[in-house]
Amino acid sequence: MMRRILGQLANPQLLALAGVLLINWLLFPNFFRITWQDGRLFGSLIDVLNRGAPVAILAIGMVGVIATKGVDLSVGAVMAMAGAVAATLVVAGYPAPIAVAAALTVGLLCGLWNGFLVAVLDIQPIVATLVLMVAGRGIAQLITQGFIVTFNDPVLIFIGTGSFLGLPMAAVIAIVLLVIVTLLVRKTALGLFIEAVGVNRAAASLAGIRSRMLLLYVYGLSGLCAAIAGIIVAGDIRGADANNAGLWLELDAILAVVIGGTSLLGGRFSVPLAVVGAIIIQAMNTGILVSGFPPEFNLIVKAGLIFLVLIIQSPLAGRLFPARLRPVQEARK
Amino acid sequence: MVDADYALEARGIIKVFGNHVALDNVDFGLRAGEIHALLGENGAGKSTLIKILTGAYQPTTGQVLADGVPVAVDNPQQAQKHGIGTVYQEVNLLPNRSVAENLFLGHQPTRFGLVDRRKMERDSRDILERYGLDIDPASELGAHSVAVQQIVAIARAVELSGKVLILDEPTASLDRNEVERLFEIMRDLRAKGLAIVFITHFLDQVFAVADRVTILRNGKRIETRALDDVTRTDVVRLMLGKDVAFSGATGVQDARPLGEVLLDFRNYGRKRSVHPFTLSIHKGEVVGVAGLLGSGRTEMARIMFGADAADEGEVHFEGKPVSIARPTDAISKGFGFCPEDRKAEGIFGDLSVRENIIIALQGKLGWFSALNRDEQMEIAGKFGEAMDIRAASLDMPIKLLSGGNQQKVILSRWLATDPAFLILDEPTRGIDVGAHAEIVRTINRLRDEGLALVVISSELDEVVAYSSRIVVMRDREMVAELSGKDINPGVIVQAIANHKEGTAS
Amino acid sequence: MSRSLRPLVATAIIFIIAYSLAVMQFPGMFSTRVLGNFLTDNAFLGIAAVGMTFVILSGGIDLSVGAVIGFTGVLVAVLISWAGFHPLSAFAIALLVAAIFGGVMGLAIHYMQVPAFIVTLAGMFLARGGASVITQDSVPISHEFYSWISSLIIRLPGGGRLSFIGLTMVAVFIVGALVAHRTKFGSYVYALGGNPVSASLMGVPVARTTVGVYMLSSVLAALAGIVFSLYTSAGYPLAAVGVELDAISAVVIGGTLLTGGYGFVLGTFIGVMLLGLVQTYIIFDGTLSSWWTKIVIGVLLFLFIVLQRLIFAASAPGEKAAEKG
Repeated sequence: MMRRILGQLANPQLLALAGVLLINWLLFPNFFRITWQDGRLFGSLIDVLNRGAPVAILAIGMVGVIATKGVDLSVGAVMAMAGAVAATLVVAGYPAPIAVAAALTVGLLCGLWNGFLVAVLDIQPIVATLVLMVAGRGIAQLITQGFIVTFNDPVLIFIGTGSFLGLPMAAVIAIVLLVIVTLLVRKTALGLFIEAVGVNRAAASLAGIRSRMLLLYVYGLSGLCAAIAGIIVAGDIRGADANNAGLWLELDAILAVVIGGTSLLGGRFSVPLAVVGAIIIQAMNTGILVSGFPPEFNLIVKAGLIFLVLIIQSPLAGRLFPARLRPVQEARK
Repeated sequence: MVDADYALEARGIIKVFGNHVALDNVDFGLRAGEIHALLGENGAGKSTLIKILTGAYQPTTGQVLADGVPVAVDNPQQAQKHGIGTVYQEVNLLPNRSVAENLFLGHQPTRFGLVDRRKMERDSRDILERYGLDIDPASELGAHSVAVQQIVAIARAVELSGKVLILDEPTASLDRNEVERLFEIMRDLRAKGLAIVFITHFLDQVFAVADRVTILRNGKRIETRALDDVTRTDVVRLMLGKDVAFSGATGVQDARPLGEVLLDFRNYGRKRSVHPFTLSIHKGEVVGVAGLLGSGRTEMARIMFGADAADEGEVHFEGKPVSIARPTDAISKGFGFCPEDRKAEGIFGDLSVRENIIIALQGKLGWFSALNRDEQMEIAGKFGEAMDIRAASLDMPIKLLSGGNQQKVILSRWLATDPAFLILDEPTRGIDVGAHAEIVRTINRLRDEGLALVVISSELDEVVAYSSRIVVMRDREMVAELSGKDINPGVIVQAIANHKEGTAS
Repeated sequence: MSRSLRPLVATAIIFIIAYSLAVMQFPGMFSTRVLGNFLTDNAFLGIAAVGMTFVILSGGIDLSVGAVIGFTGVLVAVLISWAGFHPLSAFAIALLVAAIFGGVMGLAIHYMQVPAFIVTLAGMFLARGGASVITQDSVPISHEFYSWISSLIIRLPGGGRLSFIGLTMVAVFIVGALVAHRTKFGSYVYALGGNPVSASLMGVPVARTTVGVYMLSSVLAALAGIVFSLYTSAGYPLAAVGVELDAISAVVIGGTLLTGGYGFVLGTFIGVMLLGLVQTYIIFDGTLSSWWTKIVIGVLLFLFIVLQRLIFAASAPGEKAAEKG
């Protein structure tokens, strides 16, 4: 048992995370310092969790989509829409729970729309979700009428900036979501079905798996997660910025999933590792900030990271380091 | 030493993959102006030999000679330069481009650096005419039938290579008239001095068009003979390595009374896929389905299972009318289906053997009554043992298993659902002898346990051995239902061939 | 009618109807002035979209286009304003850098066998990050060469002006169409998008074509960046954010199948003009807000994707039934 846990800890993602944290610590000796102040924890590590939460939440939704051989490019735009809906409603005087519920509904509907295009109309995911990626931000601006809608609603602000048990609320939400979704996919047969559809949709359908329903659920979950992330981001800045909320975060989420070891070609996936991927990205981000590099430097590091992951996963690497990766190549044939 | 008779020759070819010897010292000579059939069961080494001749593989040892001169063929382009052109089973052209471009891609005539489309289309028209095709060279290739695409592929191969033409199962998806048309073209090319290698599964076609035949078995060349000297029985015997000689019916029929009717298909059919058929299937019987590729046998299996929805007729299950529009409908009634294309529709390559076995059962149970790991291990272990699945571990990805073991896993997948009715589409295709025997044994066992089975197979002596009735498909239609003494390969072949071939000795 | 023509015809008809309706409402939109501005305002988008057409025809996608435009703008501005290069040599350097950049992406896509979108995503991060590392501010360009180019204008009757950059776009479209439809490289691009396995068996140099396609896309993106810098007389690292999406939309609305293999460069031109029309209409209307552009583009995108789905799924290639009769 102990050995199994140790074995699981020794995977490349956690090692990479440890490496990034170590580098951060070398660059910024106070990196691991955590203090307790006003009933909550402070410190760079806590900051990583807090700032990384939106991408982690997106990744929790995205990982299922990618496991089915899909991709959801619309999550950034859906974030903007959800934030816009929540902000506009509270400003119009609706109570926060209704605003949050409406925002979540919008996210879910967006996800189901994507799922409909992919599952029923059989449009390739990258194409299908491109529609909302382009139009979604326009719709968000339509909702906010082009303004940054600011609000003072304490509930929304608490979701974005509050704390629970000393941890930032955003991180708490991400952790709860991680636990729920992991249980959902691993304690039911959902995870197996998702992997089966991702590996071979034709075979899945012949084995009696309702792949259409499954795709609808998976994209729906992705939309829902995007809405949650959108509400958090809006609460954090106390306003909905239709132009910038969630901008390019879909790409970070995809990157997090890929770092988490889920292949873009579908199949095996891990929700916790996707979250680890998101934390790695954020830890790099924070590391670059605290050590005084310009934030744009982060983009270059991210590009390097993508190439690194691709090289590790590529068949070329399989040829250099034969044992494990070979089958990937065979499967492509 | 040098035999200049041969336009293309492979000498002493050995090809080893890992520790598997795919070709063992094979010699193969091809003369100009002959059609040379290459025969062998799946796994005999035909495709490996072809890939060596066309440069897709390099031989471990041995030589390829063109016109008596040793040549190194490193890739398909080089093969082309040596005059070797190939047409593959699935038409490997570009359906999205014009016919003319498919003929000339990579060799388009140019003027001032730009493709001279008018000349290209004019030349294409000349070429197509020679092959008896009157189609617009500017039209999209994908708009034409597979037969036309196949002829265009041959035209391209001949135009670019001009000496040797390798046809790898070109007739697999053609109907009889189209095959005839193809043969005319082949004879025509032979008359012009081309050397043609013809690979097919259909003996009739070999005897109809080929001059000589080379038979491979288990990576060895068994025989090369002129077809005038051999009979069909000889060829089959050489291919199978034993004298099966179509021994006739085996005793399964009328051996025991049939069980009650489980399923009753009445005028069941689907437009453009399979003509309405009427067939009742009893408990404890195997209904064999015979017919050539493309005869509608797979389509029949698919509508029985709901993989494609029927749009005509009705089906009764245990006496009650039911609707089977989706696989889930079928599975809920205890159906199972092992598809023909194992890799594309059967296995989940990256998932473990265990998951591959339990997936249909889990699908039946639904999402929320998930089998836990121990339960999965128990089920998978049970069937793994019963079916003699050879896997180092039940947790290894199924794609690492041999074809035969994969097939056993898929069969186990359905057995785990405790089925009442199984449809097996070519369950023994392309698998090793041991697995083959295991699957045939299982079919017999399941029948004796009272299951109803429909088994599609192109191995006639096999179907004959376990079926109590045989349905013959031709041109998407059920043309005969044979039972009793009629269950013998001769009758089946005649039914398939519509009595045209009197040679089914 | 060949099915690859159908989406193109649909685009053309939609454009004509939309333009007629717009003109009926605002007669002012039918003038050489508006048409001339159409070309000028969309020049950089159009040039980038030609490159994107090739990429999509080959079955790929290039997300780095907007970032390359931004990077080129900054590079050119810095070379001219800070390093004192002549604009022409700055342009040459920028195009060379872009060619190398695109070539490397193409190599990665071909040899690592990974989806194009993730490689070009890395390219996008790299180019955007690179631009921001060079400078974070807008770098103005004031050089007599720039003023001279801006003065190159053909005046049309009715007050319209054909600018140099507008004509550059037209030229790129014409050359692009020739390359796509009349050269071997063009036929290889279509072959790759149709079926890479067949293409390789038929002797298409797959590696060379893939590299060439991404190189072309990056070079055209850099040209678009140069045009953009002529248009704005400045270089800004966050310029042209999201232009890749506009370019993809223009290509798809122009009738090119997003999965590759079918489409026309000319279609992309109509696609770009249609996007320009939407924007111009919104400006003319005055009461409509800018976000309607995105929504309308999204709706058009959706319509065309579904249209293509219907056209290309109804008769999948190789289906015998179609012709047997």
